Amino acid sequence: MAYVPLAVLVPMLGATFLAAARELLSRALADAVSLALGIATVTLCAIALAHSVDHTIVYWWGAWTPRPGGVALGIDFAFGPLDAGMAVFAASLTVIAGVFSWRFLAEVDALYHAILLVFLAAMVGFSLSGDLFNMFVFFELMSVSAYVLAGFKIDQRSPIEGSLNFAITNSAGAILALFGIGLVYSKTGALNLAQIGDQLGRHGVDAVVVAGFTLIVCGFLVKAAAIPFHFWLADAYAVAPTPVCILFAGAMSELGLLGVARVYWTAFAPVLDPHAEALRWTLIAIGLGTAFVGAAMSLAQHHLKRMLAFATIAYMGLFLVGIAMLSADGLAGTAIYVVGDGLVKAALFVCVGIVQHRRASLDEVDLHGRGRDLRLTAGVFVIGSLAIAGLPPFGPFLGKALVEDAAAHGHGLWWMPAVMMIASAVTAGALLRAGARVFFGWGSAGQPDESSDEAEGETEPETDKPHDHTPVLMWLPAVALLLAGLAWGVLPGLADAALRAADRYVQPNVYAAIVLHGAPPEPTTPVSLSASGASYLYGVGAVVGALMVAAAGVTRLRAVDATRPLFAWLRKLHSGHVGDYVAWLTAGVAVIGTAFAITLR
Amino acid sequence: MSVFPYIVAGWLLLVGLWGIVTSRHLVHLVICLSVMQSSTYVLLLAVGYRHGAKAPIFADIPSGTQVVDPVVQALTLTDVVVEATVAALLLALAVQAQKRFGTVDPDELGALRG
Repeated sequence: MAYVPLAVLVPMLGATFLAAARELLSRALADAVSLALGIATVTLCAIALAHSVDHTIVYWWGAWTPRPGGVALGIDFAFGPLDAGMAVFAASLTVIAGVFSWRFLAEVDALYHAILLVFLAAMVGFSLSGDLFNMFVFFELMSVSAYVLAGFKIDQRSPIEGSLNFAITNSAGAILALFGIGLVYSKTGALNLAQIGDQLGRHGVDAVVVAGFTLIVCGFLVKAAAIPFHFWLADAYAVAPTPVCILFAGAMSELGLLGVARVYWTAFAPVLDPHAEALRWTLIAIGLGTAFVGAAMSLAQHHLKRMLAFATIAYMGLFLVGIAMLSADGLAGTAIYVVGDGLVKAALFVCVGIVQHRRASLDEVDLHGRGRDLRLTAGVFVIGSLAIAGLPPFGPFLGKALVEDAAAHGHGLWWMPAVMMIASAVTAGALLRAGARVFFGWGSAGQPDESSDEAEGETEPETDKPHDHTPVLMWLPAVALLLAGLAWGVLPGLADAALRAADRYVQPNVYAAIVLHGAPPEPTTPVSLSASGASYLYGVGAVVGALMVAAAGVTRLRAVDATRPLFAWLRKLHSGHVGDYVAWLTAGVAVIGTAFAITLR
Repeated sequence: MSVFPYIVAGWLLLVGLWGIVTSRHLVHLVICLSVMQSSTYVLLLAVGYRHGAKAPIFADIPSGTQVVDPVVQALTLTDVVVEATVAALLLALAVQAQKRFGTVDPDELGALRG
């Protein structure tokens, strides 16, 4: 079992070494060392994944196993394939971000690599942890290194403000989560997730349980950028170095949702299961609200990274809808969706990075037609945009289809596929519109139809001047990520494996028996899952819708003008003022807490 | 067990949030965040408190003596370390904001909007 602690220790100790030896290391050596450490971490996480396929792996640090009777004093890592899979995914994205940084970030030293590795160690630790307080500690470690990475270009204005907004909003969220953890501890005297579940299951729902659950879930939803906690995300992603955006958009926000899922199914499901229906509606409302705010805001952007940031928010909303099904099929779909979308979105971020490298600009209007000779980048960007809309057979399509099927067939929400189709069509449409303008020069040049004040002060280039050619270490990751996104959608047996894993994930009593009493695994029943015929129609529908939205945006139809007051109002809410963000956070917690207090009894 | 510490913890949480929302100075804002964080210290220590119990240092007390819960104290210490890290980072950013923007008033930063 030595691979379990090593999965965290290798990147952590590696980071320490890089930071200590930074004076001695040349840039190339630092790149090579951090790349080797990243690949080692991917390997260790992959071993963990392979071992956990048949049986939940429990590792007690310092061999502090639970006392007879199921009292856990020690701290454990407990993970199944979904958790370990997330760790593998986060580590792989870190490696790709490292490769992309090689040529993209000209002036960084070993400290950058060290922070990247600390970030990775925290993500892996968070993915595998089976202890509520340790989840918080890894969550905070992840956050702090993320604040540093977001504000890495500290000598420019917008990274300072973006990192401040990010850090303050997320710290406030983490404090709320810790307050919730304190309340849960006061109720159960336990920090081990399985033991909390065991204890809570013996009592009913009361005010302390609801308050604790609200605060913990809201704390994680801040990281997952659900409304009204999402404001920080666009600020942070717009200013972070593009390689870091790959990690933020692909793994970090998703880990917030993993936190919600894990805490619900291991600790709170035993007590809240009778109220699953009420909880489902609250989460669906948050998820769909997030999806549509993200979609509308991405349509209103001209700053390419900010547009991708709002697209990320939109898809986080759809992932939350998948988790909100609170069922194995919904969770399996979400898991596939997260990875598929993460891969394709990473490819899009790399494309934007290449445009920035070649043209030293990120503004859609400024770049109008200037991407004509970037043919490969254009191809990857357009196909990637269609893929995240839901073009079969890419990975995002498979995930979206499974979530839609779970909603429509499992829970009778027949309207859900159509709603999800619209949200992804609008989001992808915004990206396609930008692609059409930048890479093909379609539509008229000149002033944008909406005021583009967000671009002011954000145009400072990360790479100071335009370059003449695209290095292989930039276009290769873009193509590889897109192909990986395609492979993810056609991997045979993936959906079945995800459903088997999710089936185990949603059974808290099985988890508790394995963690607390070392019970042998129950034999899993063979299952099969595949995208239904109707979901192909919705996938194609989303692609057609995205093309229509893009066409309307490029040609500036009169109908587009009519929507302008709505966008103006929505954009005004995104004020860039951290006090406003925290006010929204407070209000959101109050509203969600009230909803839970009314419905969970 | 008195409810008083819980009221204090709740009060600190809310007053810290209020301070962040209305702050006009980044340093003041970071302190408000610390106030908010200290609510969790009070909460955790209150959760573990047992009336009349000893400190959980087993070197010089007979075994079997009732002690307050050492787990929450460990959590609080960890929490203090986390808070110190975050505060240090935020203050460094505040210094940079003063250098680049010439102001530490969040109302006047405004490089990111919409």
